[in-house]
Amino acid sequence: MTDEVQDSTADLTEYLSFRIGAQEYTVDIMSVREIRGWTEATPLPHTPDYVRGVINLRGTVLPIIDLAARLALPPDENNDRSVVIVVHENDETVGLLVDAVSDILTISRTDLQSPPDMAGDNQHRFVSALIIEDERMIRILDLHNTLSTGERLAA
Amino acid sequence: MSDPMAEIKASFFLECEELLEQLQDGLKRFEEGDDDPETINEVFRAVHSIKGGAGAFGLTALVSFAHIFETSMDIVRSGEKTPNADDYKTFLHASDILCDLVIASRDETEVSKARVDESVVALQAFLGERSEPEQEVDPVDFQPMGVSMDLPPIGNLGNISPSTRVSSASPLPDLTSFPDAAADDNLDKTSPSSQPLGSHDNKKPASDVALNRFFIRFRPDPSLFASGNEPLHLLKALSDLGKTIIRCMCDDLPPITHLEDEESYLSWTIELDTAHAEQDVHEIFDFVEDLCELTIEVNTPNEGLSTLSSPPTPSADLAPVAPREELLVKTGTATAIPPASSTPPQNTALSDATKKAPPKNGSDNKAPKTGSTVRVELDRVDRLVNLVGELVINQAMLSQSVVESGIGSDQNVGAGLDEFMQLTRDIQDSVMAIRAQPVKSLFQRMGRIIREASSAVKKDVRFVTIGESTEVDKTVIERLADPLTHMIRNAVDHGLEEPEERLAAGKSQQGTVTLSASHKSGKVLIEVSDNGGGINRTVVLRKAIEKGLIAEGAQLSDAEIDNLLFLPGFSTATEISNLSGRGVGMDVVRNSITALGGRITIFSERGKGTTFAISLPLTLAVQDGMVIEVTGQTLVVPLNNIIETITLSAKNLREIGPATTVVQLRDQFVPLLDLAVELGFSRPRSTYDDCVALLISAEEDSMAAVVIDKIIEQRQVVIKGLQDSYGAISGIAAATILGDGQIALILDSGDVIANASGRTRNTRTNPQRTGARA
Amino acid sequence: MNLRILAVDDSRTMRDMLNLALNHAGFTTHLANDGEHGLEVLEHMEKPDAIITDINMPRLDGFGFIGAVRSQEKYRGIPILVLTTESADTLKTKARNAGATGWIVKPFDPPKLVRALQLVTG
Repeated sequence: MTDEVQDSTADLTEYLSFRIGAQEYTVDIMSVREIRGWTEATPLPHTPDYVRGVINLRGTVLPIIDLAARLALPPDENNDRSVVIVVHENDETVGLLVDAVSDILTISRTDLQSPPDMAGDNQHRFVSALIIEDERMIRILDLHNTLSTGERLAA
Repeated sequence: MSDPMAEIKASFFLECEELLEQLQDGLKRFEEGDDDPETINEVFRAVHSIKGGAGAFGLTALVSFAHIFETSMDIVRSGEKTPNADDYKTFLHASDILCDLVIASRDETEVSKARVDESVVALQAFLGERSEPEQEVDPVDFQPMGVSMDLPPIGNLGNISPSTRVSSASPLPDLTSFPDAAADDNLDKTSPSSQPLGSHDNKKPASDVALNRFFIRFRPDPSLFASGNEPLHLLKALSDLGKTIIRCMCDDLPPITHLEDEESYLSWTIELDTAHAEQDVHEIFDFVEDLCELTIEVNTPNEGLSTLSSPPTPSADLAPVAPREELLVKTGTATAIPPASSTPPQNTALSDATKKAPPKNGSDNKAPKTGSTVRVELDRVDRLVNLVGELVINQAMLSQSVVESGIGSDQNVGAGLDEFMQLTRDIQDSVMAIRAQPVKSLFQRMGRIIREASSAVKKDVRFVTIGESTEVDKTVIERLADPLTHMIRNAVDHGLEEPEERLAAGKSQQGTVTLSASHKSGKVLIEVSDNGGGINRTVVLRKAIEKGLIAEGAQLSDAEIDNLLFLPGFSTATEISNLSGRGVGMDVVRNSITALGGRITIFSERGKGTTFAISLPLTLAVQDGMVIEVTGQTLVVPLNNIIETITLSAKNLREIGPATTVVQLRDQFVPLLDLAVELGFSRPRSTYDDCVALLISAEEDSMAAVVIDKIIEQRQVVIKGLQDSYGAISGIAAATILGDGQIALILDSGDVIANASGRTRNTRTNPQRTGARA
Repeated sequence: MNLRILAVDDSRTMRDMLNLALNHAGFTTHLANDGEHGLEVLEHMEKPDAIITDINMPRLDGFGFIGAVRSQEKYRGIPILVLTTESADTLKTKARNAGATGWIVKPFDPPKLVRALQLVTG
């Protein structure tokens, strides 16, 4: 009995969940530095559409990624992207623009499922796992892939 | 808790860096004819200090090499031998080896024995003709020993026990109770030997070990006192070794009227029973052996009662005993004089407690007036730089808020803000100056590169440095090392011709490589030039065509051909020399320079030589800029890129080609760039009439007129880097935060000009926007 | 016991090590970087119980320093130990002639250093 309990404690991780349009995502809370309201970003020239620009985070220049654009989700006309989740990954600090932050979930590793392999879906690499919670599907965001562009953007 | 010895060791290696610099500097000056004895002394001391420290840490390889180097320098400074030109080469080479050994010791790697031996042989050759190796210094004798700072706990040091202090409580030793020689009194009052033997030091064996008995006769010369030694201390030390019987011989005391205060009249006999060996007894007299008459006789243990009554002094000639009082009085005074110095220490020791203790680390706090320094960890400086940067931003934001709130019109507030701004700038300047360092050490390193390079390719090269004291931000210096190294190697390997070629061309056989640094219009200018053959443009062109870098038959100007060298993978070396053929191309060099925010240009003249000119920002952190607006976006243009402002009108605008325009500026035509278009913010305007443009320039000969919406103000901005994640963004160098908290991008003028599309008109084929949402 | 020691050496490493060893023994140390500095520090501090000095130093070397110290009446009897890298006789004689009380061979053994200091200061 004790073994079981111990196992599950060891496998539990906390995630911050948020919403983009109709979809729900979460990210490992250890990567989250802070949550801010949205302020207008200074655009950076010659950058992909999903790079909204940069904002002033207490004296630091913080790049903002429009997560919806990054994940190639259809643009929401009632666009009220209003929350920025500041994350730290790969030695970088970046702000993710999302609609709203929902909750903190404690997820056990055993509950994670691999996303189904669908050839045409580019999203696959941004989502590292899925879970079912209250009949909703929640995607675990692969932060590493989301942030690394792999492409040089110099014109 | 950090290990203090580890810290000292780390600091030692830092000290070595400085010493090596001093060493090479001194050697150079000495070679150039500087005959100030202090110069060669400095060189000697540098090696000497390195050796000393190395010995303490047990760095044997370093020590033994330093030793022979030091000996050579000692010979030179004593004037015993005058070095010739080859000798200087030997010394300089030795300094390079020494440097390598220091680094190897620090990094715990090794230097090739062959290389070290080679230098040793050369040094020995220099020392060679001396008849006999230094009597002063016997290498064999010199045993470097690692110093273990396993310091024994206080109170248990060697064979001196705290109980010694007991006797200090009393004033001058009981000289009044000295026996007269005739008496048989066993006066032990002078020694704490009345204490049981077992109470002493840790070397004390069990009390049933056989004791040695020593008979010691000790008569100090006057010089003993002059040297600061004190018989009292010696006697005390002896008494600490065991049970002692001390007698003072006063036979030679003249009547008080004949007493010379600098003379020494007293002698002592000491009988010592101790388990210590003779060596320990001798050790006490180490410092004074030559300053006294000393005999130490040892009797083997268990010899029964000693003949106390017959001390081995010429007791036969005893002075008359009476008047005893008088004698004692004389004794009292006479002995009081020489040991006068002994009293103060005791008094001081006692009264120490009552006096104020000097500062804990009463060390270098009392700095001499001459340029004293403080060592600071670089992290702390960097943090300070960042904080000051924030301060500048904050001050700007505060000023802005004040102005906007209307309080700014108040005279006091306005004056206060102005002062605040001035103060902030001053702090910033001072902080920037902290990180600034002269390029000298970097240039010295290059000196070594030249030496190695020229020897590898067997060319005679003269190295000239100019402007060594020019100061540059420390981080910039460090990042310059690699590119400079490569350029210097290139200059020696490819720039300079072979000696025969040079002679044939009517040049001197010796080639010269010059490295210079200077400040110019807010930038640091560093030049590497050689007086070699210059760039062979025909060969370069051919290679470029071969590699497919340019099209066959393309027409390129000289400057353009030169710049081909900066293309990746370009090397004109027909065979890879063992030097520069390491695959590091000029493209890597240029990238390093660009990463520093600088520019590099080539000037070359066939037959005369080549010069690489690098210009760098003075500091990486702050810049003066012009804040402008372009399609609603606020940007900053570095002030030293701006030449002037232009108002555009039909009069100076000229169309060229399908979509490009130039501006006529006096007698020149300059390309017109629409900044909004270049940055992808918007499409070209319908007309540029009446628009404002800035004439900007990044390098010597590239200029452009960029159209902006308006100029807002001129101010100093703190540069904030953009993270690397999105690669280098063309046209943008960095970002800054303005007074209102807004981020403004800082323009990279060179990029903008170089990559300009020049599109100022919408052509029929709708040009594709390259970029982000407006 | 708390001795007050003035240590003069142009090598920062050496000063650090002397300071460490002497402090560990419970002594109070004052440090100086060369002979001239040593004289300055000496003037501003309470009279030391003993002085340790290196020989090779800029501005004013060990011998000069000792001579200058000894020329002052109040320091005539003060114990002065010189730090030397060799124990050769010629050096000893020179040190002696300059007025040194004794010597310590570099690299120094802390217990020996402390013992020597205690010996000459009693």
